[in-house]
Amino acid sequence: MSQAQNRQALTDFNLKELRTNIERRQLISGAFAILGLIIILVATFILLGLIFQMMTQGIPRLTPQFFLSFPSRNPEEAGILSAWVGSALVMLVTAIAAIPLGVASGIYLEEYARKGWLADLIEINVTNLAGVPSIVYGLLALGLFVGKLNLGQSVLSAGLTLALLILPVVIVTTREALRAIPNILREAAYALGASKWQMISDHILPYSVGSILTGIIIGLSRAIGETAPVITIGALTFIAFLPDSPFKGDFPFISFEWLKAPFTVMPIQMFNWVSRPEPEFEINAAAAGTVLIFMTLSMNAIAIYLRYYFRKGIKW
Amino acid sequence: MVEPRSQLSEAQSPPESTFSDPAIAMNIPNPKAETSNLNFYYGGTAHAIKNVNFKIPENQVTALIGPSGCGKTTLLRCFNRMHDLYPGNRYEGEIWLDSVNILSHRVDPIEVRMRVSMVFQKPNPFPKTIYENVAYGLRVRGEKKRSIIDEKVEKALRGAALWEEAKDRLNDLAYNLSGGQQQRLCIARALSADPEIVLFDEPTSALDPIATASIEELMSELRKKVTILIVTHSMQQAARISDYTAFMYLGELMEFNETEVMFNRPSNKRTQDYLGGRIG
Repeated sequence: MSQAQNRQALTDFNLKELRTNIERRQLISGAFAILGLIIILVATFILLGLIFQMMTQGIPRLTPQFFLSFPSRNPEEAGILSAWVGSALVMLVTAIAAIPLGVASGIYLEEYARKGWLADLIEINVTNLAGVPSIVYGLLALGLFVGKLNLGQSVLSAGLTLALLILPVVIVTTREALRAIPNILREAAYALGASKWQMISDHILPYSVGSILTGIIIGLSRAIGETAPVITIGALTFIAFLPDSPFKGDFPFISFEWLKAPFTVMPIQMFNWVSRPEPEFEINAAAAGTVLIFMTLSMNAIAIYLRYYFRKGIKW
Repeated sequence: MVEPRSQLSEAQSPPESTFSDPAIAMNIPNPKAETSNLNFYYGGTAHAIKNVNFKIPENQVTALIGPSGCGKTTLLRCFNRMHDLYPGNRYEGEIWLDSVNILSHRVDPIEVRMRVSMVFQKPNPFPKTIYENVAYGLRVRGEKKRSIIDEKVEKALRGAALWEEAKDRLNDLAYNLSGGQQQRLCIARALSADPEIVLFDEPTSALDPIATASIEELMSELRKKVTILIVTHSMQQAARISDYTAFMYLGELMEFNETEVMFNRPSNKRTQDYLGGRIG
């Protein structure tokens, strides 16, 4: 055999081996892609199936009367007025308490706190707090807000409880949002003689507001579905009146009486209806569930839009 | 190894230098700034700048050259106390800016940065409009009058040779500019509040040759009004644009002289090796 033929044979052999090797690796790649697709389809279909079943049961019940009626012994007349008003007011308190506390803590921890064992300890605690079962927050709130601080089994107590619950989420997302801003922008601001607070308030906070808002909304959409801690602090399951209106016709036009009012929220109303023996109430529960899911999804949609809106024109 | 000076004095004038190294020119006319036994430590241990003594002439371009990791950027960032932003860093010795020791504990780094501005390696405009980018240096000072800000923004943009290109799109986002324009915007931003010294940290390393040429041209224009200290990776750039050159090696200042003299008749062995391409 000539040398050229020899080399040719060797190359053919090597190429063959190379190709079988590549084929084998490509096969594994392809197998994982198919497996992943099947798993994600199963997960999605189960979820969609649940939502679909609930909606087919619940949507016919979604009449204006359903939104404008108090709960009733008669399933045909029962509605979710006190529940959605309660949920809205509780969320308002939660947002007012959790946003400033969470964002300020996140800014402090990320930008001001000196790195050291204390910062590490706080960091570990905050991260762990996000994983504490929500009923534990309920117990804490029962002792602290309802017992010690005497705030009563009220909208205020519930709002503060849920604020505690989502505080770690808001803190962590705020920190991550701030951390995502490149350091060269911080240095650019400092190099012009900005103080630390000017750097934060003029630059990194505006640049990260989209991500921070996303975190806040994801936190709030978790809070709106929470049942356990709200039951623990004593939300009512049957309530046939609304809290005092926050807006008044006469001076001083704004009233805070509603904070002290007893209340219920959407998930509790659902739970109450599901636990009734009459099958008609189950339809009411499905309808309320549809409303709740719609509320959560629309909050998430707002989060996505806000992130898109604030990221527009920003790139690094 | 020289005994580090732990006490930072804030006397009214720089001390007469007793330093006498033939490779380091000390007879600088009109020094704008002067370092005296400057040492710098990262995180308390890494000794990055070792006993540097030199004078920066006013309204001239002084280039810092040397191989990677020789401490030229570290030295540059001492001049606006950028190292104060990160914990554990420590200066020793003095940097005199006119009659103020800017390393003194009694001098706020903000005061230093308002007198000494900086242009970074990568263009880093804020994600704001062109106008707001330039105006920010004035806004941090609390300048509110629109007419004054307008006037200074125009002056700074003219100074950075960006006015003609930017005047009709002042409210456009800065990111819509090209890389070279963005860097000139950063120069305008650094000029807006009338600094005494502008530090350039390899300002053209992220730019193409045409943008680089326009920035180099700009610098020779700028030195009529302001003192420039520039770190550059390219010896050719230092030769093209600078009046004085400092060569650093392993944290030490090896040679400092007029660029003409240094590139033609380097007196230090290391400088000769570096300029001859034997170390790099």
